[in-house]
Amino acid sequence: MMDHQSTVRSTWKRPPLLFTNTLWRRLIYTGALIYLVLAVQTVEVDWQRVYLGLERGWRFIEGFLVPDFTTRWRDIHEGLIESLTITLTSTVAGILISVPIGIGAARNLAPAPVYLACRGIITLSRSFQEIIIAILLVAMFGFGPFAGFLTLAFATIGFLSKLLAEEIESCDRNQIEAIRATGASWWQVVNYSVQPQVMPRLVGLSLYRLDINFRESAVIGIVGAGGIGATLNTAIDRYEYDSAGAILILIIAIVLVVEYSSSYIRRWVQ
Amino acid sequence: MTSSSSPVWQHRTRKQTLLRWLGWFWLVALTVFCWQLMNENTIWAFVSDAPAQAADIGSRMFPPAWSYVGELWQPLWDTINIATLGTLLGIMIAVPVAFLAASNTTPSVRFVRPLALLIIVASRSINALIWALLLVAIIGPGLLAGIIAIGLRSIGFVAKLLYEAIEEIDVTQVEAVRATGASGAQVIDYAIVPQILPAFWGISVFRWDINIRESTILGLVGAGGLGIQLNASLATLAWNQVATIFLLILGTVVISEWVSARVRQAVL
Repeated sequence: MMDHQSTVRSTWKRPPLLFTNTLWRRLIYTGALIYLVLAVQTVEVDWQRVYLGLERGWRFIEGFLVPDFTTRWRDIHEGLIESLTITLTSTVAGILISVPIGIGAARNLAPAPVYLACRGIITLSRSFQEIIIAILLVAMFGFGPFAGFLTLAFATIGFLSKLLAEEIESCDRNQIEAIRATGASWWQVVNYSVQPQVMPRLVGLSLYRLDINFRESAVIGIVGAGGIGATLNTAIDRYEYDSAGAILILIIAIVLVVEYSSSYIRRWVQ
Repeated sequence: MTSSSSPVWQHRTRKQTLLRWLGWFWLVALTVFCWQLMNENTIWAFVSDAPAQAADIGSRMFPPAWSYVGELWQPLWDTINIATLGTLLGIMIAVPVAFLAASNTTPSVRFVRPLALLIIVASRSINALIWALLLVAIIGPGLLAGIIAIGLRSIGFVAKLLYEAIEEIDVTQVEAVRATGASGAQVIDYAIVPQILPAFWGISVFRWDINIRESTILGLVGAGGLGIQLNASLATLAWNQVATIFLLILGTVVISEWVSARVRQAVL
């Protein structure tokens, strides 16, 4: 067998990790390299400014290591309470609105016009950053936590409805048919066959969104929508890095608490 | 039919039902309490005025200033560069962190792993805008601050998903490579990397897609890109320019989402 000799090579050569076609691989790699060179060139670095900033950076790290909770405690306290209240109310309101929209956006439950309308709402909510929504809503509703509440509730709808709709679409169809076979109405089908299947996931997603909403509530204050972000912004503007460090530590701590307790609640629910 | 004599079908015991109702009650009470606390200082006159405001802003936005687009290409290019270079920076830091955090590749479960997990949590808890705020204060305004902010923010996301992928690998392949007498680095290179590579590309492209969205607003705090233009237009109340920027952002986001979906389809 002549062929046998030629096909079995004595040394194994590792196949390329990406793009098995050599021509495409070379083209894509060259393109990526050219882009990288062009992109890096657009970054202008003012080294003198960076050098000046190093001292500030060091002061920030110091502030982070030795945070000052007391001087601005009143502001921090107020900001935190505002953030937490925005988080909870917007998550609850967001869930209440996203459940019907999520059901409407599930192809196996909703008629076509409803499906398209709900998908439209989801796309609209997901395309824009929370900050951009917040800017618009602050312009409409004035400064303060109410604009923040609306922003986060709106952002929650896009996130939760999309994932809920996907979950409903991947439901076990046998269970739906079994309930339908008993002569159940549409509501009864949703209540007895879909709801038990998606409930654990819905609870998990809601808790995850609660977590996200808290993190976001720390940011939307920068554009005037209430919460700890406003306090943080002021602290950084005034170069009070020890207060800023304290706020960041509190944010990280609360996120940790929310993460741990949500995994605990999720286990309890399932 | 003997259904009348059989016990009533019940989902839960009485105690469970009661506990559940109590839980719901507390949630509702807490929400109502928070709602009132939050709206103590809300000026409802402004809120009731909102539809009129919305109509006003809408009418000012309506013919978007198309001629303004010419000034936006450079910021758009900057925004894309911030997202791409930032994602690259984040990945470069996230990969070693992921290997240190995964329980099957970490050198020490007791000391190194918690440290890596702390890095992940810290990066994930702090929004890119906050990172940018800090970095602009430290290294000055410009693209660099945006790139580092996006990079720092991306570490947690990429590392978290990647270490979960590493923990889920097929151990038999690792053992097979190890049985050939491979060193630790060779085991990673030949047994672990090929297994996590599809996940790695999926995660990276997904994060790039998110970063495009995030980098459009970093300019609000001075970190370069479209946000600077947005800030300037907002400050001068040039709502028709704002509308143009929004449309450009929307287009960019849709395209980046499409690219990311295609790449993920190809690798997964």
